[in-house]
Amino acid sequence: MSNMAQNTSQQLASGETREYVTAQIAGQHFGVPVLAVQDVLGPQRLASIPLAPPEVAGALNLRGRIVTAFDVRRRLGLPPADRAKSMSVVVEHHGEPYSLLIDEVGEVLSVPADRIERNPPTLDAHWREVAVGIYRLDGRLLVMLDVDKLLDFAVA
Amino acid sequence: MDDLLSEFLTETNESLATLDVELVKLEQDPNQPGLINSIFRLVHTIKGTCGFLGLPRLEKVARSGENVLGKIRDGAIAVTPEAVSLILRALDRIKELLGVLAATEHEPEGSDAELIAELDAMAASSARPAASVPGPTPAPVPVDASATAGPTASVDPGLGRELKPGEVSLEELERVFQATAGPLAAAVEPAPAAGKAAAEPAAATTPAGANRPTATPESAQPEVGNQNIRVSVDLLETLMTMVSELALTRNQLMQIVREHTDSEFKVPLQRLSHVTTELQEGVMKTRMQPIGNAWAKLPRIIRDLGRDLGKKIDLQMLGADTELDRQVLELIKDPLTHMVRNSADHGLETTAERIAAGKPEVGRVVLNAYHEGGHIIIEIKDDSCGINVARVRQKIVESGLAGAAEVETLSDQQVCMYIFKPGLSTAQKVTNVSGRGVGMDVVRTNIEEIGGTIDMKSVQGAGTAFTIKIPLKLAIVSALIVECRGERFAVPQISVIELVRASREAEHRIETINRTPVLRLRDRLLPLVYLSECLKLVPEGESARAAAEEVYVVVAQVGSYRFGIVVDRVFDTEEIVVKPVAPILRGISLFSGNTILGDGSVIMILDPNGIAAASTGAETQGGQEEQAAQSAAKRGSQQAALLLFQAGGTQPKAVPLSLVARLEEVEVGAVEQSNGCLLVQYRGRLMPLITLDSSYGLKSEGRQPILVFADGDRNLGLLVDQIVDIVGDELNVQIGTERPGFLGSAVIAGKATEIIDVGKFLNQGFADWFGRNVAFGEKETGQRLLLVDDSSFFHNLLKPLLEVAGYKVTTAENADAALHLREEGEAFDIIISDIEMPGMSGFEFVSAVRQEGPWQRTPVVALSSHATPKDFERGRQAGFDDYVPKLDRDALLATLNNTLERSKEAA
Repeated sequence: MSNMAQNTSQQLASGETREYVTAQIAGQHFGVPVLAVQDVLGPQRLASIPLAPPEVAGALNLRGRIVTAFDVRRRLGLPPADRAKSMSVVVEHHGEPYSLLIDEVGEVLSVPADRIERNPPTLDAHWREVAVGIYRLDGRLLVMLDVDKLLDFAVA
Repeated sequence: MDDLLSEFLTETNESLATLDVELVKLEQDPNQPGLINSIFRLVHTIKGTCGFLGLPRLEKVARSGENVLGKIRDGAIAVTPEAVSLILRALDRIKELLGVLAATEHEPEGSDAELIAELDAMAASSARPAASVPGPTPAPVPVDASATAGPTASVDPGLGRELKPGEVSLEELERVFQATAGPLAAAVEPAPAAGKAAAEPAAATTPAGANRPTATPESAQPEVGNQNIRVSVDLLETLMTMVSELALTRNQLMQIVREHTDSEFKVPLQRLSHVTTELQEGVMKTRMQPIGNAWAKLPRIIRDLGRDLGKKIDLQMLGADTELDRQVLELIKDPLTHMVRNSADHGLETTAERIAAGKPEVGRVVLNAYHEGGHIIIEIKDDSCGINVARVRQKIVESGLAGAAEVETLSDQQVCMYIFKPGLSTAQKVTNVSGRGVGMDVVRTNIEEIGGTIDMKSVQGAGTAFTIKIPLKLAIVSALIVECRGERFAVPQISVIELVRASREAEHRIETINRTPVLRLRDRLLPLVYLSECLKLVPEGESARAAAEEVYVVVAQVGSYRFGIVVDRVFDTEEIVVKPVAPILRGISLFSGNTILGDGSVIMILDPNGIAAASTGAETQGGQEEQAAQSAAKRGSQQAALLLFQAGGTQPKAVPLSLVARLEEVEVGAVEQSNGCLLVQYRGRLMPLITLDSSYGLKSEGRQPILVFADGDRNLGLLVDQIVDIVGDELNVQIGTERPGFLGSAVIAGKATEIIDVGKFLNQGFADWFGRNVAFGEKETGQRLLLVDDSSFFHNLLKPLLEVAGYKVTTAENADAALHLREEGEAFDIIISDIEMPGMSGFEFVSAVRQEGPWQRTPVVALSSHATPKDFERGRQAGFDDYVPKLDRDALLATLNNTLERSKEAA
């Protein structure tokens, strides 16, 4: 799974299409590579983890596995929302499961890789770091997320 | 890799491990025929298999080794340490070759001619002719065996299956031994001997221990062989995880059923629970291995060490069949080896030293393992010289782990615990084996990683004992569930000693010492940690304490440190499966993992080690502040590093640290009285000891701390009760005193502190004793000196000092006062002036002196805390003859002396 994002960036130039799960956070649409997504969850009870970095929203029990909940809003520098109502997509990063808290999950889209455009250089630094590029849909823009970069926030 | 090859590698490695142990045994007890036979057979098997697999290098080495062993068995060569060493070297070579073989699947290129020649020479050196041994010489044995072990091997009746490569049928073996053994025949009954050898490894295996070797010829007897199979460790690990998950799910189900009292699931669930428990125990057992497996290498290591270091060492291993989890075993293997090595290397003395100390010539290292209530206890004891506490203290200071004053306050036990800190090795010299600064800290880390603790006791001269306590199994632990601010946490039961309920009215009440909470628990004062504070569960500004009427104290123990964790509520204990936390959270030392409880909720597992470290970390913070203060002391002109101590009364006393040469402790018994004075032999000389006042005397027993003031090779000791601290503080003597021996009082570290007058004591110590006025420093008396300094403290400090050194001292408060003295016609031989003074600065003063008047040619020395080369240069340009840093007594006296001599020469 962790290779996914690298593949994504490599294949920006090629003519292949890729499938993305769309998600909404604070009215903005995002794309997460579908192959990276293991689960889509409704609101969950989160156990809080004291002393954890602010991006860590807590931990949850997913069929006997402990999954660390990750607050994408916080990572993107967006105002906090009610975590108890958030949906989440579960991804794996370095063999560990993480659930990315988002507002709402949308549909699955096929996106031709060469149609993904570069980030505008004026994009907020937080966003530039985690976005692979932008895809234009009718009426809305999709920010393509790089899951590995999103979770490698220790370097941020 | 080829199955055949991998099986060969596994078997041969096991055989080699056995060989190491047995050869060492043989060396100690050469007359045990069973042993040499077993050794011979193992080497013989290795050789045979190598021949079959087409590994010529290995085969040649093994054959030559076998020849030597054959001669030993026949009594043609005596069992000497040299012979054993040579065989061991041959085995080491085989191990090397196997290592390469395992990595590349090919025998490495190269030649073992040298080793083989040595082995052959040893075999040929047989004093007695081979004819004296009846029956065939060993040579035919391999021929026989390899013929049998050849690819054409038929089904062996004794085994009921085809012989494996390298295996020799029992019948064949027996025939060979009957033929070869000759004179030994009475002592050796080959078949039972083989049976015994087989029983040895077999006895160490649990019935379910499927991971034991099965295929050495001895253990390949039908009844044993058919019951054991090899299972890969990975498979067992997977099983273990699955069973743990199963147990968790069972717990969850139980929780659900508990809520519905009359559920029809109840009975089948109970059955499921029962089976799960048994299954869990069964799987757990497959992972159990005797601790002897981790010890197998030790006899060899100790033997080699003993030979290298010229020590006689007896290694005793007790409880080798004590079983513990394979994973735990792997983790403690290296620490144990390291500690035994340590004991043998820098613990045990050389034979000569031992005899001199009146101890038995042979040093003992005892390993003992046993079960004790869900733990396995491993003790490593030796009758060495013990840990040199004084040396450790010195090391601690040298390596900067703690300050001198701090170390002085530590008990011997506390000092010993420092050997577990990184960067501290007490080995006098770096040897082959130890003293490289890696070691006990790694040992402790490894042991703590598996939830274990390590403790040590050392008695100087008598020995050292380490006690390692580790949980039997890792995967599932019993944990106490506690609640704090509505959040639940698990505390591993292993570290919990007891639970105490504390409330305002109850017997146990939480008290505070300067905001540090403590609890009186029986005869001890227990330091407390509020979990809510530790985990920052309390909103900013709100106090965690006093909110609750009633709290619980979880008394935990980490090593020998016992403390209480204050929580709001305590629930049940639960069996939990420890899961590592996500990498994002690894940095939080307060958690050792997380788990899912029976009700499905995720919960963090607290790590008492981490809590202890975090809560005592405050001290190190204090240390940093102190350091900051000290560095500030170096910057600020009036700041100085002061040594605080107590001597009679409770009021702290202080002396500038720069005046103190050393801090020492002397045995009270070593203090002698002569001519009405206290003396002690110190560094080959008599050192007078003085007290602050006559009312204060020596301790009645034990060790007496002293401050040593030194001048050249002359020392003076000042008796004190206790060295309290070293602080950097502004020196501002606020209240002068007429009391002899004191300069006055100042506020230091927030307390009124008496500053002692060192000069007075130097005088008392020497001038009176030696019956002359000049004891310290120069013999030239009567040099007139003017000291210009605005600080009365420095006046008070330096004047006696200079007077002791033989100068007639006049002081001036400032430059104007000094120039006024000039106008009055006073003459001096030398002038010392401060730089920073109110009004006219030192530079201006010296310019004024140089410009005109009778002092034009008088040498002037600058006194300053700014001692950079730039300052020196500026001082020289202004007209100073020399420059001395403040508070450096020796430099001051030397400079004065030099300057005076130079000015005399000039004149």
